[in-house]
Amino acid sequence: MTVVCDFEVLRPEQGVAALLPDGSQVAVFLTADGTLHALDNIDPFSGAAVLSRGIVGDRGGVPVVVSPVYKQAFELATGKCLEEPSVSVAVHPVRVRDGVVELT
Amino acid sequence: MTQTLVVIGNGMVGHRLVEILRDSSWRIVVFGEESRPAYDRVALSSYVDTWSSADLELAPLTGCELRLGEKAVSVDRERRVVVGASGVEVQYDALVLATGSVPFVPPVPGRDLPGCHVYRTIDDLDDIRATVEAADRPGRHSGMVLGGGLLGLEAANALRGMGVSPHVVELAPRLMPIQVDDGGAGLLKRLVEKLDLTVHTGTSASSIERDGTRLIAKLANGVELDLDVVVFSAGIRPRTDLDLGLELGPRGGYLVDAACRTADPRVFAIGECASVEGVAYGLVAPGYAMAEVVADQISGGTKVFPGADMSTKLKLLGVDVASFGDAHATTEGALEVVVNNAVAGTYSKLVVSDDAKTLLGGVLVGDASAYPSLRPMVGKEVPAALLQPGGSVDLEMPADAQVCSCHAVTKQTITDAIQSGVACDVAELKACTKAGTGCGSCVPMLKKLLTDCGVEQSKALCEHFTYSRAELFEIIRATRITTFTAVVEKHGTGRGCDICKPAVASILASLNNGHILGETQVSLQDTNDRFLANLQRNGTYSVVPRIPGGEITPEKLIVIGEVARDYGLYTKITGGQRIDLFGATVDQLPEIWRRLVDAGFESGHAYGKALRTVKSCVGTTWCRYGVQDSVGLAIELELRYRGLRSPHKLKSAVSGCARECAEARGKDFGVIATENGWNLYVGGNGGFTPRHADLLVSDVDTETLIKVIDRFLMFYIRTADRLQRTSAWLEGLDGGLDHLREVVVDDKLGICDDLEAAMAAHVDDYADEWRGVLEDPEKLARFTSFVNAPGTPDPTISFRAERGQRVPVQLGIPEVVR
Ligand SMILES: Cc1cc2nc3c(=O)[nH]c(=O)nc-3n(C[C@H](O)[C@H](O)[C@H](O)COP(=O)(O)OP(=O)(O)OC[C@H]3O[C@@H](n4cnc5c(N)ncnc54)[C@H](O)[C@@H]3O)c2cc1C
Ligand code: SF4
Ligand code: FES
Repeated sequence: MTVVCDFEVLRPEQGVAALLPDGSQVAVFLTADGTLHALDNIDPFSGAAVLSRGIVGDRGGVPVVVSPVYKQAFELATGKCLEEPSVSVAVHPVRVRDGVVELT
Repeated sequence: MTQTLVVIGNGMVGHRLVEILRDSSWRIVVFGEESRPAYDRVALSSYVDTWSSADLELAPLTGCELRLGEKAVSVDRERRVVVGASGVEVQYDALVLATGSVPFVPPVPGRDLPGCHVYRTIDDLDDIRATVEAADRPGRHSGMVLGGGLLGLEAANALRGMGVSPHVVELAPRLMPIQVDDGGAGLLKRLVEKLDLTVHTGTSASSIERDGTRLIAKLANGVELDLDVVVFSAGIRPRTDLDLGLELGPRGGYLVDAACRTADPRVFAIGECASVEGVAYGLVAPGYAMAEVVADQISGGTKVFPGADMSTKLKLLGVDVASFGDAHATTEGALEVVVNNAVAGTYSKLVVSDDAKTLLGGVLVGDASAYPSLRPMVGKEVPAALLQPGGSVDLEMPADAQVCSCHAVTKQTITDAIQSGVACDVAELKACTKAGTGCGSCVPMLKKLLTDCGVEQSKALCEHFTYSRAELFEIIRATRITTFTAVVEKHGTGRGCDICKPAVASILASLNNGHILGETQVSLQDTNDRFLANLQRNGTYSVVPRIPGGEITPEKLIVIGEVARDYGLYTKITGGQRIDLFGATVDQLPEIWRRLVDAGFESGHAYGKALRTVKSCVGTTWCRYGVQDSVGLAIELELRYRGLRSPHKLKSAVSGCARECAEARGKDFGVIATENGWNLYVGGNGGFTPRHADLLVSDVDTETLIKVIDRFLMFYIRTADRLQRTSAWLEGLDGGLDHLREVVVDDKLGICDDLEAAMAAHVDDYADEWRGVLEDPEKLARFTSFVNAPGTPDPTISFRAERGQRVPVQLGIPEVVR
């Protein structure tokens, strides 16, 4: 279990990055409807750890984050890349407990 | 084995041929008599606007041996050898003659006197200029153009631009006898005479004599003209001085068949020097078509010359003239429908077949707006309504009608490109079909076809908005909405995306809605704007402080150096005369900027769709040639427009004289100093599709200049599409440069006060974005790599050394630093 931050630090339609004890990184997003999502922070197309800095929005109603490097969209719920369905990023379980966001 | 193709003549058509064959297996050797590489002869007259031959350059040729300044003096067809003036011999497997034309100079006594010129090459124009400048007549100079055809009128216009009042002498009873009929020519004469031209038709020069520094021309009708310069423009003759012992056509020109091949199967002729099945063509489009034919033939193809459309549309001395098809009603039984409106100054004639069913051709003078839709209808059935007085109808063109005659593109080709989704706008149509890239007169038709195919749809910003950016701008401006959420709820659908969010953020910023990282705007910003720095491939950012006009003190340079050294940033000088510092992590950005801001720097907006830099040369301050203070103006402009958010980035430059060291014509708005003030050029671009900027106003003072730039920029910001640079915007603008001038100079739409007020508001509201971040703890808090471990560096980022600086390690291959 890793503590990310206080829930109130998150802003709707924005992401933050969290560092895990093993040195890997997770991007945590809060969407406008209050849902939390967590994906690997590394953008598989560029190798850069930047997904948390992508723009959050929707494609045909499906919530996505768009990589700031080469602009591929990843489904927040599944991590699947919409442009290239064979590529996806890992999804991590995330929850809020006592006002604190945690990765489990 | 590699075969050798020799091309004689590096003019427009020879150039095109080599371009087409660039990637073929042929070794290509080109003999060019002129000392410069091929240039846009069609636009020759525009040379007098800038006297810069660079403006006429065609794309440079690659993959061929270009022997410039080397005339081919003989050809030995037996040995298959071309001999150059230097004595060089080149053996060929195929030979293409592309020698163009020579101006026809009628045998007038005195035609060889100094001060008498022809009008064909850049050198000719330089010579004409030298004559005009040497003339000692006080006030306007006086000149004569012999020939009142298309070229003669162009030459007269060029003379006018040099401060010469031209007399135009035409043997035929009317101007432009080839293209225009009597009625049209009468109107044309009246219109051009208003412009300081004196027209003498039905006569010719019988002698030219020198009288001191003047030339005296006697006309056959008894009139005597006292002149400083004479230009012969009485037609052209195919150039065949290179004698190959081959048959010539009935009106000159190397005689070739429909495959452009002479009687010698290895020898071809193309362009103006060719007589294709006995017909020589004096326009560039048929020449290009011949180049296509020969390229295909020598590659083993079977293409033949399809014949050519000799239609023309031009704006001569500001007067629209168009002629197409059988303009003179020479077809048996042809009928003419003429509308001559002396009050409005327009004349139109349609030529139809004897049963009044088929359009054969026509002439339009004064207003040629119907030309793009009429020309493709030639040979097709005409709706009866068109023949009623004042009648105009929406014409439905058949699929095989030629929409672009310069590149022989049919309606079918264009609609196919649109419907298959290959092209969604004029720029894409130009790229994939070539239509519209010649004279440009078919562009309105391209737009109409896009609309007809329902492509307006694509104006929609993205799936969340059916509006175009320009429409959305007006909505947001009028309703004064200040948040994206409100915009998308009221005027869009869904939650937005990476296209509409930054676009709306940019519109909000253009309308001065406070800091771009304010609470409601931050989530809309692209990563560059969100961190006020440029994202690089490894997830780090680069930092560019503003250096207005490229002028910087040694002290400030030292600060930049120290900051770069202390943070191990890779430094590089940018093309915009400033310094880019690479390799900063998000955590480092505020620290770096704190030091820069303390030293008096501010954001350079290198990350934003905003004004980047105003480049300058040193101008009068240092340069021996400077005529104005270019650095001073560049700084003034950069400080005025810094922070201005726009549909795309904006670049500018100011040069201190016509030598143009600051490369202002490659910018969105560029200023070049003149003896009397400034010339303003707009719509220039480097990058992917380079474009020289167009002259918008000339010789204006600084106050007027700034006023016009204010209006231009605001008009662009309000009406352009998302990510549309000024060059594409201007090219897509209905009515083009003329319309732009009407709006921002003549204030035809009455919006200039409003545009100026908007710019004034921007100037008042400007505040440095980085200072804004440093002063606000909440904004500062966002500059962390990890929320749960502030200050911990991103472990994926590592560097290695290259040429003494730190550069990123390819991601996924970690390396140790230093
Ligand atoms: C002022 C002006 C305006 C024009 N406006 C238009 C217009 O609006 N629309 C239009 O369609 N056309 C227009 N034209 C015509 C157009 O420029 C020509 O049709 C076109 O340039 C023909 O191309 P070309 O390659 O056949 O000949 P050119 O462009 O003349 O090239 C021939 C080249 O061959 C060289 N050469 C000749 N002999 C030799 C030799 N023995 N060895 C080596 N080199 C040799 C010549 O020096 C020349 O550089 C205009 C022309 C002029 C002058
Ligand atoms: S543009 Fe003119 S003034 Fe400026 S540096 Fe060049 S020569 Fe000098
Ligand atoms: S007709 Fe000249 S560019 Fe299309």
